[in-house]
Amino acid sequence: MMKEIFVLLERCLGCRSCELACAVEHSRTRSLFTAIYEKPVPRKRLYVEPREGTELPLALPLTCRHCEDAPCIAACVPGAMYRTPEGTVTNVGGPQECIGCAWCNMVCPFGVIGLGQDVDGKVIAIKCDLCPDRDIPACVEACPTKALVYMEADEFVKQKLRPKAAAAISEAMVRREDIGADLARKGGYESR
Amino acid sequence: MRVKDRASERSSDLASQFMLRKAEREGIETAWDRLEKQQPQCGFGQLGICCRNCNMGPCRIDPFGEGPTKGVCGATADIMVARNLLRMIAAGAAAHSDHGRDLAHTFLLVAEGKGNGYEIKDQDKMMALAAEYGIETQGRTKEEIALDLAKAIYAEFGKQEGPIQFTRRAPEKRVELWQKLGVDPRGIDREIVECMHRTHIGVDNDYTNLILHGIRTSISDGWGGSMIATDLSDVLFGTPEPVKAVANLGVLKEDEVNIVVHGHEPTLSEMIVAAASDPELVELAKKHGAEGINVVGMCCTGNEILMRHGIPIAGNFLQQELAIITGAVEAIVVDIQCIMPSLPDVAACFHTKVISTSPKAKFPGATHIEFEEARGYEIAKEIVKTAVDNFPNRSAAKVSIPDVKAECIVGFSLEAILKALGGSLDPLIEAIKSGAIKGIAGVVGCNNPKVKQDYNHVNLVKELIKNDILVVNGGCNAIACAKAGLMTLEAAEQAGEGLKGVCKKLGIPPVLHMGSCVDNSRILMALAAMAKALGVDIPDLPVAGAAPEWMSEKAVSIGTYFISSGVFTVLGTVPPVLGSANVTKLLTEGAEDVVGGKFAVETDPFKAAQLMIDHIMAKRRALGI
Repeated sequence: MMKEIFVLLERCLGCRSCELACAVEHSRTRSLFTAIYEKPVPRKRLYVEPREGTELPLALPLTCRHCEDAPCIAACVPGAMYRTPEGTVTNVGGPQECIGCAWCNMVCPFGVIGLGQDVDGKVIAIKCDLCPDRDIPACVEACPTKALVYMEADEFVKQKLRPKAAAAISEAMVRREDIGADLARKGGYESR
Repeated sequence: MRVKDRASERSSDLASQFMLRKAEREGIETAWDRLEKQQPQCGFGQLGICCRNCNMGPCRIDPFGEGPTKGVCGATADIMVARNLLRMIAAGAAAHSDHGRDLAHTFLLVAEGKGNGYEIKDQDKMMALAAEYGIETQGRTKEEIALDLAKAIYAEFGKQEGPIQFTRRAPEKRVELWQKLGVDPRGIDREIVECMHRTHIGVDNDYTNLILHGIRTSISDGWGGSMIATDLSDVLFGTPEPVKAVANLGVLKEDEVNIVVHGHEPTLSEMIVAAASDPELVELAKKHGAEGINVVGMCCTGNEILMRHGIPIAGNFLQQELAIITGAVEAIVVDIQCIMPSLPDVAACFHTKVISTSPKAKFPGATHIEFEEARGYEIAKEIVKTAVDNFPNRSAAKVSIPDVKAECIVGFSLEAILKALGGSLDPLIEAIKSGAIKGIAGVVGCNNPKVKQDYNHVNLVKELIKNDILVVNGGCNAIACAKAGLMTLEAAEQAGEGLKGVCKKLGIPPVLHMGSCVDNSRILMALAAMAKALGVDIPDLPVAGAAPEWMSEKAVSIGTYFISSGVFTVLGTVPPVLGSANVTKLLTEGAEDVVGGKFAVETDPFKAAQLMIDHIMAKRRALGI
């Protein structure tokens, strides 16, 4: 099973360090101080969406899910969008050239595909490629609260979600309280 | 399996490497570890495009243009970067000038007869200062003169209208330029207050205007607060003359009570040095089984007692935790500036006491023994006694002092340099004109764990002297060079033929230690003297400056006052300004047209040296030499 980017939602502070790191990683020079002066301007591929209120999470990072039944692959008329052997959905290095028609932009249910210039100036779809040149994606490394994690789905739910849920239920059972209310109140997430 | 040796990547100093390995073995966290944990550091902060100046924020600007390009109030990247820079200059100038204020206060106490342990050591310098301030000396006692002088200098801090007297030491053309630009400072405190005012939400929103005020504030530091600190320290403690000394952690002694004085003000360190030779306390040390009391310095206060008394210097900024980790330090006595709040945590692993002394600088976990100048010697004795009584608590098993130290010759105040030259600058100017010495470089500034410790300092200086450029230095750079053996007479062998010849003839090292960070003002005075001797302004001189491993806000003020004085200055760590192309351009290009000096940023010390050499050679050609 391939590793994907998951979000520990309650940890996101909305700092946008991930967006910055993503753009820098997808620049020519790959250094913050020079990337900001490059033309074309490097583009981020994940989007931190603001959320109402002051309770955590302050924002929701939206990343490409590299969907199993990817609408962007289905919608790609030239056949540029494809799945790599590792499982990454990308329009770079595929069987055909991306023509920048933006159909993938339109059909992505998460709205995380953009349109812009690649480092050679060609206008193509701009999307997450899970940083093929890195061991860990740039956004994951950049996150100061470790809200973004890079794991296989099974590992993520096993390590990050189930233990907290089990602990919450177990505690509620001991206190003979309404399990549902307890979980709902705590959101099933780790307490602050 | 080869384990990666982090110590040799973190520092080029063998003593530091030794201690870093000990720290790793014993699980003690250092600044280097904390820098790693901070990675990756915030990109917005690094670019200077984050603003927290009001509660409509905090605001960020997206340097890639997709997100916000203005803060809530409308501030652009130019405004944010310029405001942030101005606040850094303000903080740095405040630190230096407050130090100057404390010296002025001590001088006032001495003049009022409440000196108690402090006295006027350099009578001649005091009289020279009195003359400069236009104080009547005919038929008056030195006490009367001292009192008038003390009051006049103390008044520089609170005045509303200029000029600040010492700014008039700059060449006439320089002062005229400052007046024309509207950057001739009005009062030391006033400029800093205005920095804070201008950067308040909705005040100064023109980046050039902000930077011009930054220039004015920095001048009130370099030619104001810092210069006052230097000159009054000379009056009270003696003007430095060449003296032999030893540098690095190897100066700590296994069989003596070790007291490290760290921080900045000689009002404290001089008293500690004096108290440590008190026969009662030495006797007490011996009773506890020690051979004696070994006072060593660190950072700038270390530089002050090094320059004046040849007191050994244990290390520079990044070695403060490492000194404690030797396990051999009974007390580290600190006052203000550059003291890491981690020291009490490190000290908790040993018997070491961290003793804070300033009401302005308290550290959780430290023992606070408040130092008042009026009872200076008394309190110093109390502090030394605390250290001596701590000696029996030392655990021999935890002690490991690296056998690494180097000899150095230090103490090159401007007065000392003139003496070495035979009383006038002429021999130096002749050497520069003939090309034996191509020019002079002032290399200063801190350590920063972003740079392999001392790697930039030492390599830059070595390249410069190899190219016949005389180096004057101060601060943590000077300590680095002392540790690297560049301040001995033998170090002339590492210089180019021209510089080597001059050094051998005059009996000086190729690298001249001019003092602490406030003593960067000595470099300014040297530049003024040279400019006057040659009949030019400072930008015409074949000189260049560098801060190869800077980190503090004081360094930002220093760098700014150097470029404001007309000196090309190369920075070895990237300042948080790149988020604004306009501000960056002004600092690295435009400033030269305005004040005759500009910054360059170059993290590679060899390339940085080349920038300085090229600049110096160009100035030589322009002078026709």
